[in-house]
Amino acid sequence: MIRPEAKTLLEVRALRASVSGIEILKGLDLTVKAGEIHAIMGPNGSGKSTFAKALAGHPAYSVTEGTVLFEGRNLLELEPEARARAGVFLGFQYPIEIPGVANSQFLRLAYNTARSERGEDELDPLEFDDLVREKMKLLEMNPDFLDRSVNEGFSGGEKKRNEILQMALLEPRLAILDETDSGLDIDALRVVAHGVNRLATPDHAVVLVTHYQRLLNYIVPDYVHVMGAGRILKTGGPELALELETRGYDWVSAEPAGAAA
Amino acid sequence: MTAMRASSSGYLESLLAGQPRLPPSPLGWLNRLRAHAVDRAGALTVPTAADEEWRFTDLSPLTRRSFQPVQIPTRLAPTDVERFFLDEAPVRLVFVDGAYAAELSSPANERACVAVNLPAALEAHAASLEPHLGRHALFEQSAFTALNTAFLHDGAVIVAPRNARAAAPVHLLFISTRNGSVSHPRCLVVAGAGSELTLVEDYVALHEESSFTNAVTEIALADQARVTQVRVQRESGAAFHIANCSVALGRASRYRSVSVTLGARLSRLDLNVVQAAEGAECAIDGVALIGGEQLADTHTLIDHAKPHGVSRQLHKCIAGGSSHAVFNGKILVRAGAQQTDSSQSSRNLLLSGKAQVDTKPQLEIFADDVKCAHGATVGQLEPDEVFYLRSRGLSEATARNLLTYAFGAEVIERIPLGSLKTRLEQAVLERTSGQ
Repeated sequence: MIRPEAKTLLEVRALRASVSGIEILKGLDLTVKAGEIHAIMGPNGSGKSTFAKALAGHPAYSVTEGTVLFEGRNLLELEPEARARAGVFLGFQYPIEIPGVANSQFLRLAYNTARSERGEDELDPLEFDDLVREKMKLLEMNPDFLDRSVNEGFSGGEKKRNEILQMALLEPRLAILDETDSGLDIDALRVVAHGVNRLATPDHAVVLVTHYQRLLNYIVPDYVHVMGAGRILKTGGPELALELETRGYDWVSAEPAGAAA
Repeated sequence: MTAMRASSSGYLESLLAGQPRLPPSPLGWLNRLRAHAVDRAGALTVPTAADEEWRFTDLSPLTRRSFQPVQIPTRLAPTDVERFFLDEAPVRLVFVDGAYAAELSSPANERACVAVNLPAALEAHAASLEPHLGRHALFEQSAFTALNTAFLHDGAVIVAPRNARAAAPVHLLFISTRNGSVSHPRCLVVAGAGSELTLVEDYVALHEESSFTNAVTEIALADQARVTQVRVQRESGAAFHIANCSVALGRASRYRSVSVTLGARLSRLDLNVVQAAEGAECAIDGVALIGGEQLADTHTLIDHAKPHGVSRQLHKCIAGGSSHAVFNGKILVRAGAQQTDSSQSSRNLLLSGKAQVDTKPQLEIFADDVKCAHGATVGQLEPDEVFYLRSRGLSEATARNLLTYAFGAEVIERIPLGSLKTRLEQAVLERTSGQ
């Protein structure tokens, strides 16, 4: 929801970032306030995923210029784990498989790290088990996934549900979901969308990075941004996504730069 | 070269001389076995780097030191060693600096399983032990095995009669208590046709100093026997540990082993498995987790001597600090051993720029209708995996520990004793945190 008085969570100004010496982000600006849902759309190679990873602090992505403030703090000087503890969550496009680490163990470690960051007591394995099973029920996830290694042998849809489960446990202030919808069938999409909508309260914000309009049938964004060539080319409301669905992306990049709504 | 040989043979002689004289046994064959071993130990020399089998493992730190057998046994109370006991293994033989400690042991002498000290076993079962004792771990060419055999006295013996099923695992606990001591642990396992048993061979220390363990284990599986062996070497980080485990597999028998190497400044494990009859199966897994200046060398030989044999092997090394891990995995498929199905995987993780791993799969195949797969990898922790964990708030150190632990856990998971598995996983977690 858009509220003029809402607190600014994320403020990105003139962000430039490169991967292996190639500049991908070329001056990106974005402001996200508490309670808002933003969708960042754009064709392949426009820099959407780079933006998501740069925000989370992936070491392969180096920021060369610009500023990123998260709740007024300089996010760029924080290590990835400090960004996570500050309340930034990245839902991975390709969640990593970690053989040998039980999903339950991983989830509990992450959850307890977040709790102790907030000055709360850690949950013991039994208490955590109750909590995680309840969250899994909401995501229609089979509890067997707790005993398996993190993401190992999970289908694409199961991996994405596991990302949303982590988000639901960590309750980040800002969730950036990188193509969470890709590879999901319609049932999984509905479940994932439900999980995202539950998080979208007045105190939290969500940035959806997506290629398709499909997800936005289930999660209604406050803003839709179109990325191209490493910048945001156009910003509009939910209706912009529908327009992109019918007209494609080419017309956006053909418009004069800076024609934001 | 000549001077070196003289000094190394002198080393073995000094070890031979330091051992208390054994009273002759009433069993002629045993006296002859010992005498022959004494001869060989006197004639052989300590291997050097010029020996292909010892190319990466320099024994001079061992031969520079002198070790003495413990003359007056250390008396230990149960409270000193209880922490090593395993809930699942009520049958336990304990050896302190190589000598059998009756007061700490709970032997078994039942129909389903005999687990007793060697002298007692020889009194009751000499005939069934004679074909096996000293017959599998050959010492003609092995100085250390010859030394061990020369001092053959106390030792762990497990005998499972035909079709016997041991109810619980047998725990063989070898405790080193003294700096500068040498011991020669010995195990013999005779699994009768169709029998089934599990043993844990556990080498521990009550000190952080240097001692020398020279262990020999022989395991004979008759037709259709099943033996699971867990071998844990968690001695002092300053210790020397040389071990020979030789296994003979009968027809359609099944042998599984998991070896875990955590301790010793220098350790060497030679694990030799002979599939002496058709249709035998073995699964041999190992993990070495070392750091600091440790060297852990594992040499395995799987000898497919007869047709329709199956072997599976996963060996992992995790090397931190300036440590050095060595793995040499030889698979021999003899002419006529058709339909052999063998696979071997060596996976290695380097935790620091100074650590070193030498891994060598060695396939020698003389049959033409076989399936033999092997692979070796050496790598570091995956940066993407580290980042994934950090992106969930775990510190870099925690992320690295967890991934290192997970790498080793794949092997430790295969240990069929819950309490031992948990303890070793804990030890691995603590170890990785320290690096």
